Amino acid sequence: MTMIPDDLRYTKDHEWVREEGDGEYTVGITDHAQSALGDLVFVELPEVGAEVEAGVACCVVESVKAASDVYSPLSGEVTEINDALVESPELGNSDPYTEGWLFRLRSDDTEALDALLDFDEYVDLLAAEED
Amino acid sequence: MLIFNYSKAGRKTGSQSPNVSADTLLKSLPANSLRKSKLLLPEVSELEVVRHYTSLSKKNFSIDTHFYPLGSCTMKYNPRICNELAMLPGFLNHHPYAPLQFSQGLLQSLYELQEMLKEVSGMQGISLTPMAGAQGEFAGVAMIQAYHAARGDTQRKVILVPDAAHGTNPATAMMCGYQVKEIPTAEDGDVDIQALQAALGPDIAGIMLTNPSTLGVFERHIHEIADLVHQAGGLLYYDGANMNAILGKVRPGDMGFDVIHMNLHKTFSTPHGGGGPGAGAVGVGERLLPYLPVPVIGCNTDNQYYWMTEQEIPSSIGRLSGFMGNVGVLIRAYIYMRLLGRAGMPRIAEFASLNANYLQAKLKQLGFDMAYPKRRAGHEFVLTLKRQAKTCGVNAMAFAKRLLDKGFHAPTTYFPLLVPECLLIEPTETESKGELDRFLEAMAEILHEAETNAELVLGAPYSMPVQRLDDVRAAKELDLVWKAD
Repeated sequence: MTMIPDDLRYTKDHEWVREEGDGEYTVGITDHAQSALGDLVFVELPEVGAEVEAGVACCVVESVKAASDVYSPLSGEVTEINDALVESPELGNSDPYTEGWLFRLRSDDTEALDALLDFDEYVDLLAAEED
Repeated sequence: MLIFNYSKAGRKTGSQSPNVSADTLLKSLPANSLRKSKLLLPEVSELEVVRHYTSLSKKNFSIDTHFYPLGSCTMKYNPRICNELAMLPGFLNHHPYAPLQFSQGLLQSLYELQEMLKEVSGMQGISLTPMAGAQGEFAGVAMIQAYHAARGDTQRKVILVPDAAHGTNPATAMMCGYQVKEIPTAEDGDVDIQALQAALGPDIAGIMLTNPSTLGVFERHIHEIADLVHQAGGLLYYDGANMNAILGKVRPGDMGFDVIHMNLHKTFSTPHGGGGPGAGAVGVGERLLPYLPVPVIGCNTDNQYYWMTEQEIPSSIGRLSGFMGNVGVLIRAYIYMRLLGRAGMPRIAEFASLNANYLQAKLKQLGFDMAYPKRRAGHEFVLTLKRQAKTCGVNAMAFAKRLLDKGFHAPTTYFPLLVPECLLIEPTETESKGELDRFLEAMAEILHEAETNAELVLGAPYSMPVQRLDDVRAAKELDLVWKAD
């Protein structure tokens, strides 16, 4: 079964967003995304300080099957990246919601934030994609 | 075992050594040009060499040994006669700097190849110089760039790429400095026209399209797409990956494309897939004629063939190789086309499509799900094993590995990316109905195994020199170089 924490927000492209307070957000890919991609072998993250735009590709995750873009869920500035994930991409498979996070950003993009899916909506999205 | 592992000091193969002594040959070279250290070559006997390479060749899983339905790659049979004729000494030993009067036969062959490619593509000009498909794509997009630049139209920074386009297209656009915007596919497999309309604007340099697409279906709105893109000031790029499906039937030039690259190593049957080298001829419509990469073969009023260079095509994007592409490969494609003739070309497309549609229809009957069950296949089609992955835990990769045990090269797996657990199957026109039926039998057997004994399928292959490879380690710790101790 795919794991979906109920305290996160989601995008339709299978990224998750955790609100950290003070306008900071952590971003990763969901359990469903890592399972669809298969074993991750390479992760390319944005630079700290980079300006990212909601809906625009800012990372690449590469698995044994394919290389995929990851889209930033919000517009803002990257404040931190997960160097451990670059060293050990398999963390994205084993622990997508904690150790396998991608990057943190500072954002006041309330419009994009409001448009993110909540738990129920993401569950529905996955169910619809399963059909 | 590598050939180096057999090495024993002093062992050699006398019969293959040059019959002039090395000392005599080297006397004319200055001392500082002579190497001091020994060459790191394996020291082995003739018999060891013969056995080593014969046993390696027996491990080949290739079109010469097996049905090879690798979607998006057109692994058709390469007729031996093309190879034989291209090896004629007049072609094989010709020096690229030979004077024109001694090069007329070769140049005429290449000129006629240009003319034939013009005819089948519906384009106005052809350059044979790109060394492979990737370079052909690069040349095509570079010409689009040169066209916009020449008009002072510098704000066009984006290339549109439908998600069903050939997988290399986004990389090519990026390589040329463009941003890539993906256009989604509608439910029926065609390009989502509304999404295309929304994406078009003054920043669009062009669109890269593959038709039939990587989903194996023919884009039915191609004229509408061409009109929309042209109205927005963009150009249309045709990726020739799937040209085998339409050869002699429909021409990209007539669909409204401005530039095309053709993989001669796919459609025109020259060796490829590790056995290359490739050849990625480009064709252009009127708008892009001034930018063709040089050299192009010309024919003057005295029927003399010659190299057209920057002097005659001053706005050319330039040269892509030292001389002119992979001439040996071009000659093989030329011979293939001459052997087919005008009447033979459409038969390629007809049988490639017939074979694909036969397999698709039969696989449906066997209980497999198609990604686009309502669409007729082009020369290939996409099957999805999503249901089997869910119900029996046997995914597309396991099916592919098990096919190896049954004596078939696996189809393309997990591509196109937008279809989960997919196999992209392209039988090509060179397989007989008997061979297709054997493939169907194998697929039926694997389906039955998946339902009754999933473990068996998940452990495959059992009959190959190696079993499951460690894909992760291969990607992360790629090590292809032998080092002496």
